[in-house]
Amino acid sequence: MDKDNHDEDWDLVIKGHSSLFDLKFNDLWRYRDLLLMFVKRDFVSFYKQTVLGPLWFFIQPIFTTIVFTFVFGNLAGISTDGLPQYLFYLSGITAWNYFSDCLTKTSTVFRDNASIFGKVYFPRLIMPLSVVVSNLVRFGVQLLLLICMMVYFGIQGANFHVTYAILFFPILVILMALLGLGAGLIITAMTTKYRDLTFLVTFGVQLLMYGTTVIYPLSAAPAEYKRIIELNPMTGIIEAFRYSFLGKGEFTLWSLGYSSIFTLVVLILGIVIFNKTEKNFVDTI
Amino acid sequence: MEETAIKVENLAKAYQIGQIGTGTVSRDFERFWATKIRKKEDPFLKIGETNDRSTKGGSDIVWSLKDINFEINQGDAVGIIGKNGAGKSTLLKLLSRVTSPTLGEIKIKGRIASLLEVGTGFHPELSGRENIYLNGAILGMRKKEITRKLDEIIDFSGVERYVDTPVKRYSSGMYVRLAFAVAAHLESEILIVDEVLAVGDAEFQKKCLGKMGDISKGEGRTVLFVSHNMAAVKNLCTKGIVLENGKVVYTGNALESIDYYTDIFSQTFTDLPIRKSFANRAEITTFAVSVNNRIVQPGVTVLLGRKLKINLTVLLKDFIDDLSVAIDVIDKHGELMSHLTNEDDGFYMFKLKENDIRNIEIETSELLLIPGLYSMNLWLGIGQGESLYEIKNFFSFVIEQSDFTKRTKALPGHSKVYLHSSWKSQDL
Repeated sequence: MDKDNHDEDWDLVIKGHSSLFDLKFNDLWRYRDLLLMFVKRDFVSFYKQTVLGPLWFFIQPIFTTIVFTFVFGNLAGISTDGLPQYLFYLSGITAWNYFSDCLTKTSTVFRDNASIFGKVYFPRLIMPLSVVVSNLVRFGVQLLLLICMMVYFGIQGANFHVTYAILFFPILVILMALLGLGAGLIITAMTTKYRDLTFLVTFGVQLLMYGTTVIYPLSAAPAEYKRIIELNPMTGIIEAFRYSFLGKGEFTLWSLGYSSIFTLVVLILGIVIFNKTEKNFVDTI
Repeated sequence: MEETAIKVENLAKAYQIGQIGTGTVSRDFERFWATKIRKKEDPFLKIGETNDRSTKGGSDIVWSLKDINFEINQGDAVGIIGKNGAGKSTLLKLLSRVTSPTLGEIKIKGRIASLLEVGTGFHPELSGRENIYLNGAILGMRKKEITRKLDEIIDFSGVERYVDTPVKRYSSGMYVRLAFAVAAHLESEILIVDEVLAVGDAEFQKKCLGKMGDISKGEGRTVLFVSHNMAAVKNLCTKGIVLENGKVVYTGNALESIDYYTDIFSQTFTDLPIRKSFANRAEITTFAVSVNNRIVQPGVTVLLGRKLKINLTVLLKDFIDDLSVAIDVIDKHGELMSHLTNEDDGFYMFKLKENDIRNIEIETSELLLIPGLYSMNLWLGIGQGESLYEIKNFFSFVIEQSDFTKRTKALPGHSKVYLHSSWKSQDL
């Protein structure tokens, strides 16, 4: 330690290099009000000056579900494990949307906020965290839509049931959020230098959806591909999500554990890389 | 004993100039190989080059700041002054943690708030009130802190009537008022301010300056103020730090610092002219300045009220339509005193042929600048827009008081121009 640091206690020492794992969580906590402010801003500015307002939260999943039902359910005739097609696709889309929104929106954090980041300091991690929380609001609203549909189909006497696995629901949400966040952090940190990744993310996420059990159940996957699909950490999460709400899907603690460990590794890696990049990214972007 | 609020030790910041992005993967690998595996110095960080834009350096790295050391005591109002590119903005960015130093460190006691811009993060769709909360939080205020000061902020901004209207409907003046009001109510021990006062109308600027004066004098907080406006520095600051080419060249009280800055600025007037070509299409081959039909040398003394005649020879290397010439007259503080161009005389040079050598003669009106040192920059372009060629500091001269004015005392040095007046009086 520096001798001067003993002589006087400084509130803040600005240095070029700091430890990789100095994640400044105190700072983050001090700025928690800012996080909520950003969430509110995102929510309010989303529907200001639109006619339909918050209804837009429903329109996207409803139309995607209808198109999926038509293309994959009716034209391609892909199995839905005996579940009503609308419920099957909607549940997959709701969960996938949350993950992919978290990923794509955090992956552009540095670029989108370069002007703010270039003018004022606050813990940069606040920004991606606020993205994750904003999307949580959206996810909550879309979940409501799923529940309404479940009630409707329940009254119609469709074949599905909620299982005990619903207890894992909060964990599933946290896993999706953190996995999206972690991957997004890695990508946004890399895009400050290598712009190419931006293009990769937009269609990569779209392609990844087909490698996840959104439009087909894991049970319908051919045996030789099943292993590969299971390697995707989102597969376990979506399967568990569907199992807990609709009672169909391959829910195992093993696959959930795999997804959790994967998420944890990606998240830690993401935060470390992000913290390393945030110090100087203003110079390169 | 006065307590130190900010201590800067051996601070340095290097920037990569030129293209960033090409060959970064291989360069990153090279850097990684040299520093991490072979434990050597970063091959792309050559030591010893200073931030002098007029000479071309050998590497892609430029030290925007180097070996900066200073201490600021609590309650000081410090003006940071220097020419463009001296490193003021970089220092400000480092102090406000927007970017991090390459070497050295900054130690700070107390909460620090920086205002590099007013209204950072304002969202056009949100109302004034919502933006106060958002902007306040970005600047580091807690929600309850803002709520406590909300009335005060709204009152100071003077936009009370529109506080629930989205700020996109505000006039730019209202926008700035609101933004500054938030910033002015930050409760930090140290406040860093960039030239944000350059915005808003005169009345509001005065209010801002007054508020900043209160902050430093009345409330005993430490203020760092970066500005080109020497008058504002003189008013607000007690101490000064002068930067030149990325180094601290002077620290002391505000007035002495301003004098020092003025000195180093006017010293550059004796340097050789700096030529720069933007496109290889035209070139100024020779130039001469004459007074009273006699050719004079740079540094010449010109009497108040005399005219300058400037002769240029321009070599055209390409077909050029609407060749334009502009001359900037700069005083010793670096302030633009006058800007003259061929358009002023309704004079145009259309459709000039390739390989044409053209002589241009420019005669100014009587020079009515206050006695002192001045320099001129020459610019060649197309249609007052596209730059072709420029010569910085192409001619410097000293204005001396003459019998053009019949007064016996010297003209006041802080005035800018002399307006000649004729007087009459009669008995009624």
